[in-house]
Amino acid sequence: MTGSASSATPMLILDGVNVAFFGKTILKDVSLTLRRKEILALTGESGSGKSMTALAVMGLLPGRMRATGTLRLDGADLLSRTEAQMCRIRGNDIGMVFQEPMTALNPVQTIGDQVAETILIHSAANRRAARSRAAEVLARVGLPQDRFPLGRYPHELSGGQRQRVVIAMAIALRPKLLIADEPTTALDVTTQAQILDLLKSLVREEGMALLMITHDLAVVSDMADRIAVMQNGQVVETGPTRQLFARMEHPYTRQLFAASGHRASLPPQPSAARPLLEVHSVSRDYPLPRHIPFAPRQTFRAVDNVSFTLRAGERIGLVGESGCGKSTLTRAILGLEPVQEGQIALDGAPVFSHGRPNPEVRRKMQVVFQDPYGSFNPRHRVGKLITEPFHLLEKQPGAAERKDRIAQALSAVGLSPDDADKYIHAFSGGQRQRLAIARALIIRPELIIFDEAVSALDVRVRAQILDLMADLSRQYRLSYLFISHDLSVVRTITDRVLVMRQGKIVEDGPTGQVYTKPQHPYTRQLLDAAPRLPDIPPEMRHAPA
Amino acid sequence: MTLWYSRNLLLGATLSLFFVALALISFVWTPFDVESLNIGAKLKPPGASYWLGTDHFGRDVFSMIMVGARTSIAVALVAVGIGMGVGVPLGLTAAARKGGWLDEVIMRGNDLIFAFPSLVIAILITAIAGPGAINAIIAIGIFNIPVFARLTRGAALSLWEREFILAARVCGKSRTRISVEHILPNVTNLLIVQGTIQFSLGILAEAGLSYVGLGAQPPTPSWGRMLAEAQTMVSFAPHLALVPGLAIVLTVLGLNLMGDGLRDALDPRIRVTRT
Amino acid sequence: MLTYLLKRLTSLVISLLVASLVIFLVVEVAPGDPASFMLGLNAQPDTVAALRTELGLDVPRYARYFAWLSGMISGDFGMSYTYRTPVAQMIADRFWVSMPLSLMALALSTLIAFPAGLFAAARRGSAGDMGVMGTTQLGVAIPNFWFAMMLVLVFAINLRWFSAGGFPGWDDPLLALKALTLPAIALALPQAAILTRVMRSALLDILGEDFMRTARAKGLSARQAIWRHGLRNALIPVLTIIGLQFSFLLAGAIIIEQVFFLPGLGRLVFQAITQRDLIVVESVVMLLVFAVIVVNFAVDLTYAAVDPRLRART
Repeated sequence: MTGSASSATPMLILDGVNVAFFGKTILKDVSLTLRRKEILALTGESGSGKSMTALAVMGLLPGRMRATGTLRLDGADLLSRTEAQMCRIRGNDIGMVFQEPMTALNPVQTIGDQVAETILIHSAANRRAARSRAAEVLARVGLPQDRFPLGRYPHELSGGQRQRVVIAMAIALRPKLLIADEPTTALDVTTQAQILDLLKSLVREEGMALLMITHDLAVVSDMADRIAVMQNGQVVETGPTRQLFARMEHPYTRQLFAASGHRASLPPQPSAARPLLEVHSVSRDYPLPRHIPFAPRQTFRAVDNVSFTLRAGERIGLVGESGCGKSTLTRAILGLEPVQEGQIALDGAPVFSHGRPNPEVRRKMQVVFQDPYGSFNPRHRVGKLITEPFHLLEKQPGAAERKDRIAQALSAVGLSPDDADKYIHAFSGGQRQRLAIARALIIRPELIIFDEAVSALDVRVRAQILDLMADLSRQYRLSYLFISHDLSVVRTITDRVLVMRQGKIVEDGPTGQVYTKPQHPYTRQLLDAAPRLPDIPPEMRHAPA
Repeated sequence: MTLWYSRNLLLGATLSLFFVALALISFVWTPFDVESLNIGAKLKPPGASYWLGTDHFGRDVFSMIMVGARTSIAVALVAVGIGMGVGVPLGLTAAARKGGWLDEVIMRGNDLIFAFPSLVIAILITAIAGPGAINAIIAIGIFNIPVFARLTRGAALSLWEREFILAARVCGKSRTRISVEHILPNVTNLLIVQGTIQFSLGILAEAGLSYVGLGAQPPTPSWGRMLAEAQTMVSFAPHLALVPGLAIVLTVLGLNLMGDGLRDALDPRIRVTRT
Repeated sequence: MLTYLLKRLTSLVISLLVASLVIFLVVEVAPGDPASFMLGLNAQPDTVAALRTELGLDVPRYARYFAWLSGMISGDFGMSYTYRTPVAQMIADRFWVSMPLSLMALALSTLIAFPAGLFAAARRGSAGDMGVMGTTQLGVAIPNFWFAMMLVLVFAINLRWFSAGGFPGWDDPLLALKALTLPAIALALPQAAILTRVMRSALLDILGEDFMRTARAKGLSARQAIWRHGLRNALIPVLTIIGLQFSFLLAGAIIIEQVFFLPGLGRLVFQAITQRDLIVVESVVMLLVFAVIVVNFAVDLTYAAVDPRLRART
């Protein structure tokens, strides 16, 4: 490694960095500085240019994009380097960690080889030395040799463990700068906390500078020494974390902050209402693949003896980490899959009767899914898309009534009746989620199930959709079952929370109580792991969203 | 880039349409009668009166190419029809019943057919029913079935995972109805592109079968048989081997270019299988 | 790994059984009695009956199927109706022409396609890529048997580098290989064109994967990343195509034998068809299908070697 400058000079300097592509500005005049042992968080919504900034530093901009301006690492100009010189810098002086641990590793190579490769590329070390260093680094990131030998393949590890391998590859040569692009977005909240702790300790102990990219302000406030907020390819505000949160000079920063902590105002819950959805001792088994041909199949119990009752007008949250069985339970309630044990009934009638879903019941229940892009058939117009639930009616409405109800549903979710003739690609993610709600509303159900319905949305859009949900619940006296991995969102939109773990419901109580006085240790663990926004000064609470 | 793609499409469509036109015109007109022999004019090289020369019986090669186009195109087209007509519903059914016994049976059946190349099927059919153009159609058609079944199933499976299909199921629509209403329209582009490719492969396969005598029989002219007859004369009448071969190459090339162009125009993410 | 092997092995045996049953039944429905066909129109009924007994045609169908099956396992394919000689003997010699020809072509097309596909993918969009893609577009359109005739015209008739056909036998392996060279090239080049395209698109797909970006972030150059991480992953789809191609090469070999007058399975089976020697047809078809199924089984095993996920999961 080259002799490093004194710790007073910044490790990374971006000064007036621009990236344009076919006349479209990707990054505009981005200036940042980052010191040794410092964590700089780059935050903003999708498309704000956070990831592009990271790729510009790495010299890995897609296609033929080029960065202009000044970009210095430890005093050395990076933009004037040739590609061959950049190859010597990447992995050696700069390490990078990506968002998707499931796909970031080569599936056909062992983790030991993949970590050792970083060392072999950049140093004269022989294979044995590289592997022993790889073992050291893996142990450093929490994958000790006795439990995670070098010969493991990525598919044998969980998402969090894979992310540790990616981090090991990035820090194997103790780079001066570590870039982490949404490193915990794809992970569960408890795993997220562990990975964030690991990154913090690496910065402290190995003396790296960390450029952390995240959309999550709560993560930012937990982690960062300094923050830069980006919007449309520009840095709109930057400063030390505390100071920035205290001042929030730019309106966009204020909007982001307000939206992140947004609380929808729910109408009061009707008291002593009739039970609407009754889930009684439900279990769901999945057959596992056979290990020996024709051997009897083993099964995996995804939902294990789950019971709860949702009363009319109630809004219940179902939270849990990935693989806890919440999606399976949702599908069972929707009558998409049969259950092996127990009953599910809506308004007293079974969801599944005689091996067939019951249309009477389905009419009273609709669903909104997570992915705003995958929820609609791209080949149909909106009018046809949102009237699909009419299929559940015994008598199809006539043309005039149909048009009327389309207009009503679209207006109810804040869209225009004229939108009925458009195709889905004309709408943004938030608008599509509105359309999904319109589709659910159109046959006037009593219960709407939201399956991670706001998880894919940017914070400001998410706040709007949450408000819309609260409004509709008031207007149409709807009951909600709100499934999410995100504890903070569930808190704002529910009266009661169920916490699910390994197929079982471990805690069930009023939302306020569960969040303030959790009974089950797992709930406590989840709440402790969830990053929190700093307390918002009261005058910021109702900033324009 | 778009220009390059559309150029592919244009060139491919022009070539293919040229041969389709030749085939259609041959129904009403050919320069010479392909069934009358004229030993006096045998083995003439390409020239003014016989544009592409004559064969050892004095038949006009160009006229035979025109009528042969008819055989090639008809066989390949019907074979694609069989493949799609049977394979697509099978693929849709298998995907709708993913993991069920029906899926298993359809997929194992597919694997089995893949073990029987068209030539082997043609050999079997000819052995029991005698040679003829129908054999070629059936043999190539049967082989097309698993191609379309697999393609449709694969594409349909990923669609079944999409949330708009879940939404349709929540609305109480049956699997069959969802397959027709939601899955099929979303795989048509794929089918058009693969259909073009299978069409071109069908022309190649038909030529091969006729060449070894398992396809169209005399007096029906076919490109493959013209090549078989030309083989012994290749040293002194090379045009007899060159012309039908080039006809095949150009037709297949045209169809492939058209398939690639269509793919790029309809949906660049489509992957075709070509084996 | 063991369970994977066991699973593939089970499906191999089932495929072979089902295929043999299909072939047997198809041939069974063939109109006409081989014995009366062989003896001609004026044969005495008792002579026909005697021949039927000799050929084993007088027992029930299922018994014949099992006799055929168990015979094949022990290498006894029955008697040719026409030549009254063991079918196994007739097939064996021919097999050692067709099979080496297909394998040579397979090796050749793989040897051409891998570097060509790699070259085109690494230089995507360049003039070199365009050139490779244009050539393959043409290669895909050429019927292999016509290409074979053109090779004969140029290299055998005009240049006289090779003989125009025939096969000297394996007594002198070098001469035998020389006789198979032109046919193998004719067979391999169109397949190589297809395989090149598959290789290129598989590599391009891999280039878009996250782990390729990870490889670049480690400091590998674009080319090193393809070599070390792209190639092995791209091999998975490419292997599938190679497995499928083998059946086409085998069928192609049978056609191409006609161009070069090679004494392979092709000539045997076409002769047998005209002579209605159904037992020979049946046996050759079974052998071809057997070869295809076994090669695809081998491909499945190679998958497991390439992809650790397969070894573990099933």
